[in-house]
Parts: sequence; structure tokens; C-alpha cells
Amino acid sequence: MNKCIERLYNGIIKENPTFVLMLGMCPTLATTTSAINGLGMGLTTTAVLVFSNLIISALRNIIPDRVRIPSYIVIVASLVTIVQLLLQAYLPSLNDALGIFIPLIVVNCIILGRAEAYAAKNGPLESAFDGIGMGLGFALALTCIGLVRELLGSGSAFGFAIIPEDYRISIFGLAPGAFFVLAGLTALQNKFKMPSATNVEGNGSVLACGGDCMHCSGSACMANHATLETRRLQAEEDALKAKQAALAAKQAAVAKEQSELSEKLNKNS
Amino acid sequence: MSKLLNVSSSPHVRSDVITSNLMGDVIIAMIPTAVYGVWQFGVHAALVLIMTVLSCVVSEYLFERLLNKPVTVGDLSAVVTGLILGLNMPPEIPVWIPCLGGVFAIIVVKQLYGGLGQNFMNPALAARCFLLISFAQKMSGFTLDGVSGATPLALLKNGETVDVAAMFVGRIPGTIGEVSTLALLIGAAYLLYKKVISIRIPGAYILTVAVFAFIFGRHDINYVLAQICGGGLIFGAFFMATDYVTSPITPMGQIVFGVLLGLLTGLFRIFGGSAEGVSYAIILGNLFVPLIEKYTLPVAFGKEGKKA
Repeated sequence: MNKCIERLYNGIIKENPTFVLMLGMCPTLATTTSAINGLGMGLTTTAVLVFSNLIISALRNIIPDRVRIPSYIVIVASLVTIVQLLLQAYLPSLNDALGIFIPLIVVNCIILGRAEAYAAKNGPLESAFDGIGMGLGFALALTCIGLVRELLGSGSAFGFAIIPEDYRISIFGLAPGAFFVLAGLTALQNKFKMPSATNVEGNGSVLACGGDCMHCSGSACMANHATLETRRLQAEEDALKAKQAALAAKQAAVAKEQSELSEKLNKNS
Repeated sequence: MSKLLNVSSSPHVRSDVITSNLMGDVIIAMIPTAVYGVWQFGVHAALVLIMTVLSCVVSEYLFERLLNKPVTVGDLSAVVTGLILGLNMPPEIPVWIPCLGGVFAIIVVKQLYGGLGQNFMNPALAARCFLLISFAQKMSGFTLDGVSGATPLALLKNGETVDVAAMFVGRIPGTIGEVSTLALLIGAAYLLYKKVISIRIPGAYILTVAVFAFIFGRHDINYVLAQICGGGLIFGAFFMATDYVTSPITPMGQIVFGVLLGLLTGLFRIFGGSAEGVSYAIILGNLFVPLIEKYTLPVAFGKEGKKA
């Protein structure tokens, strides 16, 4: 059971599909014109994701490796059809707002990605929880983006008008606004040093100048390179010392062996 | 060591031209236009110009201070951006909208890409398009002497005729800076005389628009002249398309760039939905600049005739 909770945390925070993995950008940019639309798209995807992960995981030993992708597509497409019919029947307004992007869930890379990366290798229960986690992470991210865009673009939050009409910046409701908001939220995430696609964990960049472009305004480059040069020399020196030490140890071992041999010879003679 | 034998590394010949000189010349060249705009549209126009310049300079200063970068307000590029943006505003606009545009131009278009020299689009024009999409109604409501009216280009689009002489002097509704062709040409002549810009981009641009208008618009010299004097064409061709950062540096590339802008502008004006197309044409053209430069790179001396 602990593993299932870990999956939820992984999907919502640690490997958030939108902000960390940067997957599923097409629905992210296209359907987040308002918070409600973002939430609707996120939850629709969650429903498909949970069942696709569950079914694919349950069938993972039956599906032959060579035809696994077509098989996944068939499973996902069936689920999407069911979800779309349900939406048409019970939530026609959401269905109209999302339009073509509901059938396009079939080729959503989050769903295929999770099927390939997780469900095909793990048991059904964990896979289902992985689907819930990833789906909720996706829904959370889409709602955040939708909320900011709705607030700036049409002056409301979840449909409640907040900002008077004169002060609305309508570009945020259009395609460029989606890019602005996604970039802004990702920048905030980088600022707080949360892991993301562009924010590598560990020792950071392997670029020659240290890769700290954020704080390098060109003039700092020379100083940076000088520091790197001293660091490189230091490393070389360390390596040399280690080599010498190893050599000395080897020599000592040889000398010891020789002395042992000569002792033996002495004894024999 | 004897001092005689010490030679500094190249370059040995240096030019006195620095960014702030160039930008200062551009500002001087825009003064006739700004003065004419303020004279025609009144105090509010002056307020719009001052506020856009201030918002650009202040946002550049604050951004660079907050990020611990060297502050580059002194090179006057932010002032030029602010002035161009202000001249692109309708005279009756509420002041907070141009201020928002200034912040957008400097922070999103210029500084986020690395400051002066790194932006791939003209910041002032990108900000204008941002405002044009966001506040379509306020950005296209033009008045002259308290009477709101359609711009000459909109009249042309509807099949009416316009007075080219009034367009040349500037007695027409429009944005603060685009109305007076005469004032713009005085500034452009100053820039050409000081060799800040070359005639290649504006020449190719205006000529292409004229030919395009003659072929696809009306076969009428009055119409073609109105297309040249109307809208932001003169202003855009001399002051915005020639921005060093976002235009090609190769001579051949500059002509290609001018022709491309002319084709786009003609396309937007005559076949597009709106009467005006200079802003969109220039920022779209900006995106093609790296490609144009790649294919118009001059062949190095001694490499002629050889295929790379």
C-alpha cells in the first residue's frame, strides 16, 4: 500500500507530467482557456489514464512485445470513445468546450508514456495508482494554467467575474497567452529549485563554462573560465598524485615480494 | 623588456561609434515626428510618449538590478524602444496601456532573451502587437481634433479616395508617430546622412509595397502614393525595420529582407482582414533574419568559384 501512496506523490509533485516531464503539451496549451476547461480536460485524461494503465498492466504478459503499441492504442481508443460518449450524455457543455481535444486523448503522450514506462512493467494495482497520480498531477497543472489565463484574459476565476472589463488583457485567452503562462509558471518552479525538465539534479551542467547562464552576463565568462581552469589543473594534479601513490604501493609490494624471495633463497641455501 | 616591441592584440583601429551614440542619433531623428504628433494631438500624446519611455527605462533598470546584471540603461536603447512604442500608440489611449506595453517590450521580449543584441524581435513592435491583440478596440480608435474617424488606409480599403497631400503633411487620424510623412522623412534623412542606417532595407521595402499595391490594388498613382504615405509604412521602414539587432547585416540580405517585408505588408493590407499590416510584417520578417543571413553570407576572398 505504501508503494501506491508513493506513486500518487510521484505523479502529482515529483514527476508532474506538465511541469516536470513536459509531456502532453498540446492539450495543455489548447484547452486551458479557463480553469473549468483545464480541470475538465485533466479529469477526463485521468479517467482514461487510470483504466488504460489498469488494463494494460493486467494484459502485459499476454500482449506480444512486437505489437504492443498498436495494442495500447486500441485499448486507449476504446476507453476514450466511452469517455466521450459519457461526456456527450452528461456534460455536453464541457464536451463542446473541449471539442476535438477529447478524441485526441488517444494520442496523448502521457497515456502512451505511462503505459510504456510503467504499466507494461508493474502490477495492476500500482499501475492504477500511477495513473491516478499522473492524472491528478496533469489536472492540477492544467487548472493552475487555466486559472491564471482566465484571471488575466477574461477577468474571472471559475466563472466568477473579478476584474472589470476595461482591464482585461485578452491575449491571455488566446494561444500566445498559453505559452506566456506556461513559461512563467515553469520559471517560478525553476526559481524555487524544484526539479523540472530544464533543472537537472546532481552536479548540474557539464558545459565548459559551468553552464550558469542565469548569472553569466558575458563579463563573468572570463572569471568563470579561469576558475574552471584552476579546478581542472587541481583535478589533474590530484590524479597524478593518486597515480604516484598507486605506483609507490606497487613498488613496495614488489620490493616486499623480492625480500621474501631472497629470504627463501637464503633459507634454501 | 623594451616597450617598443610590445604590440597589443587586435583590433588596432577602433571606431568612435558606440551604442549610446547610435541610439542618440535615432532619438534625434524621431524628434520632428514626436513634436508634430504632440502639436497635432495635444498634451495627452506627450503624456503617452513620456510614460512609455519611463516605463521602458524603469523596467530595464529594475530587471537588471534585481538579477544582479550590469545596468545598461545608459546605452539609451530602452529610451528608443519606449519612444518607438509611444509613437505607435493612438493619441487617446488610457496611459496604463502603453506602460504595460513598455514593461512587456523590455522584460519579455528583450531582457528574457538576454538583453540588447539577443532579442530576435523588435521589442517595441512585439509590444505593439501584444497590445493590439489584447485591447483591439482601444488600440484602433483614432481621433483627430476631437472627431473620431477612420484612417486613410481604412477608407482606401472600403473603396473610397483620400487626400494624399493631407497624408503627406499629417492632417489625418492615426497613431501619434505615423501620421506625418514629412516629419518622418526629415528624421530619416538625418539618419541616412549620419550613416546610422542604409537605404537598402527602407528602399526595398517601400518600393516593393508600391509595386505590390500597383499590381494587386488599383492601377492608380494616387492610390499607390496613399498606400506609401498611409499607416506605419514610412515609420516602420526607416525606424523599425532597420533596427540593428533584428535585421540582416549582409547587404544582399538587407535587400531580401526589405522585399520580404514589402510582400508581407502588401499581402496583409490588400488581401488581409485589416487595413494596416506593417507591424505584423516586420515582426514576422524578424523571424526570417537568421535564415536570410545564412543564405546571403558573402563569399570569403579567395574562395570564389569554389562550392563549399
